[in-house]
Amino acid sequence: MAGPGTNAPQGEASFRNIRVQLLLPTWAMIGIFLLLPVLLMAVYSFLTKEMRGGVIWEFSLAAYDQFFVNRGLFGDEPATLEWTYIAVFWRSIVQALVATALCLAIGFPTAWFIATRPVATRGVWLFLITVPYWVNLLIRTVSLRFLIRENGPLNEGLLALGVISEPLAMINTNFAVQLGLFYSYLPFMVLPIYAAVERYNFALSEAAADLYASRWTTLREIVLPIVKPGIIAGCLLVFVPSLGAFLAPNLLGGAKNFMIGSLIEEQFKKSLGNWPFGAAVSMILMSLVLILLLLYARNASKSEVR
Amino acid sequence: MALRSVRHYPGFAGVAVLCLTILYVPLIVVMIYSFNASTSITNWGGFSLRWYGEVFTGPDAPRFKAAAWNSLTIAVLASGISTVIATAAALAMLRAGAFRGRSLTFALINLPLMVPEIVIAVSTLIFFTMISFQTGYLTILIAHITFCIPFAYLPIAARLQGIDGSYEAAARDLYATRAQAFFLVLLPLMAPGVISGALLAFIISLDDFIITNFVKGAGMETLPTAIYGSVKQGIKPGIMAISTMMLAVSILFVTLSYLINRKGRPVTSG
Repeated sequence: MAGPGTNAPQGEASFRNIRVQLLLPTWAMIGIFLLLPVLLMAVYSFLTKEMRGGVIWEFSLAAYDQFFVNRGLFGDEPATLEWTYIAVFWRSIVQALVATALCLAIGFPTAWFIATRPVATRGVWLFLITVPYWVNLLIRTVSLRFLIRENGPLNEGLLALGVISEPLAMINTNFAVQLGLFYSYLPFMVLPIYAAVERYNFALSEAAADLYASRWTTLREIVLPIVKPGIIAGCLLVFVPSLGAFLAPNLLGGAKNFMIGSLIEEQFKKSLGNWPFGAAVSMILMSLVLILLLLYARNASKSEVR
Repeated sequence: MALRSVRHYPGFAGVAVLCLTILYVPLIVVMIYSFNASTSITNWGGFSLRWYGEVFTGPDAPRFKAAAWNSLTIAVLASGISTVIATAAALAMLRAGAFRGRSLTFALINLPLMVPEIVIAVSTLIFFTMISFQTGYLTILIAHITFCIPFAYLPIAARLQGIDGSYEAAARDLYATRAQAFFLVLLPLMAPGVISGALLAFIISLDDFIITNFVKGAGMETLPTAIYGSVKQGIKPGIMAISTMMLAVSILFVTLSYLINRKGRPVTSG
């Protein structure tokens, strides 16, 4: 007879007999308008494309074939692995990884610094870190584009200071996309790491210092293993939305540096689209993300058992 | 002394300041340039409010006004409805004992957070097209309610978890009906969580571009899609004025939510 239920059975389970009614709206909304559409999308990826957008209800593997198999320009050559779309995925993964690494490099020291402030100032720092998250992502991306464009304020400023003699070409580069993703999702890295560092027992660091460990050895050997769950959560929260990002690559990267998001979007433009192919690319993206999340969930539950 | 040194790492303070600088410089620069009198977006021509005037009276004004109205009404409706749905779900998840399918329901609530946004956009478009539902205001609203549910749910559930069941039990012992116990006792205690959830859902709805862009149909615009449309042709000063106003709204909201949460905190611990 343990658990909170025994102390206040009425309060803890007072909604037991209307549970279904309470959950029905959630089941209906997410079930009908998200789960069902995702399943439908899976079906669509196995249909035949219609020339003016949309589909013909006929089973076909053409979408996945187009993604993975190269049969030459006229489709009569022996099948080889198609690299075009795999390269787009690869580029997206690399961009998202670089953005995650940048976020970690800036986010960890920041989170540590905030967590070691007196309690009163911590709130202010956290507030300042979260404000940009509440600002419209499109506006943040446009602002960044305005700042780093060819004759934008950053270049003008650096020129005026004499740091550079010619404007840096930052816009429409890989770097601009990485910067944009980094800028979009930086708060997602800081917050979970902060939560982990805040719970960290600093007596462990003191014990390490007493045993003549240097600061950095302590960080590497003691702190990092303990706050690792926070770091992994932060990396996931940055990596996953970066992978399918649309605005940063579109507004900052130019035509050459497009990522999965733009590849998918293109398939659904009015007349030149290919819906089954777009659905197939979406399926592949979603599978990647779900595999990542499952791995994370398995790891998290394993460390909990320990 | 020792306490201080194990907490201190050289350079970390600098990185934290750098972090804030990176986060704020682009926004501040746009804010400053929105007050630029010059037509060129490159040169500074003195302080002026002309672009703010143009937003309300210029040639693009009707388009942006309509877009702003759509964005605002959709955000209000979507956050309101999703907050009610999420509150009901939180009660069923935390105040109705254990039941079969609880973890499945939890996964369903969080599904909008796990599926990449672009995939939600594609699948929603496919769904509405297949059932021949005319895309437009209503499809945007439905999509927004759906993906706002987990954002509203998280703060509400977090708050509800911290409220002891004995409050409702006491109310019921004193012959309050279940509705009275909920509306007069539990809901006021939950209020900070419910308000945070609604504010978060409101901002998330206002923020959305990708999903809206897919399900909006022709001729229908929200602020983000209208801004995206004009930014594609280059950043004009009017856009910076609109951005600055949206920035102000966001900052107002986050400040409100911060203050509400701070006010709510003592109740949880006490």
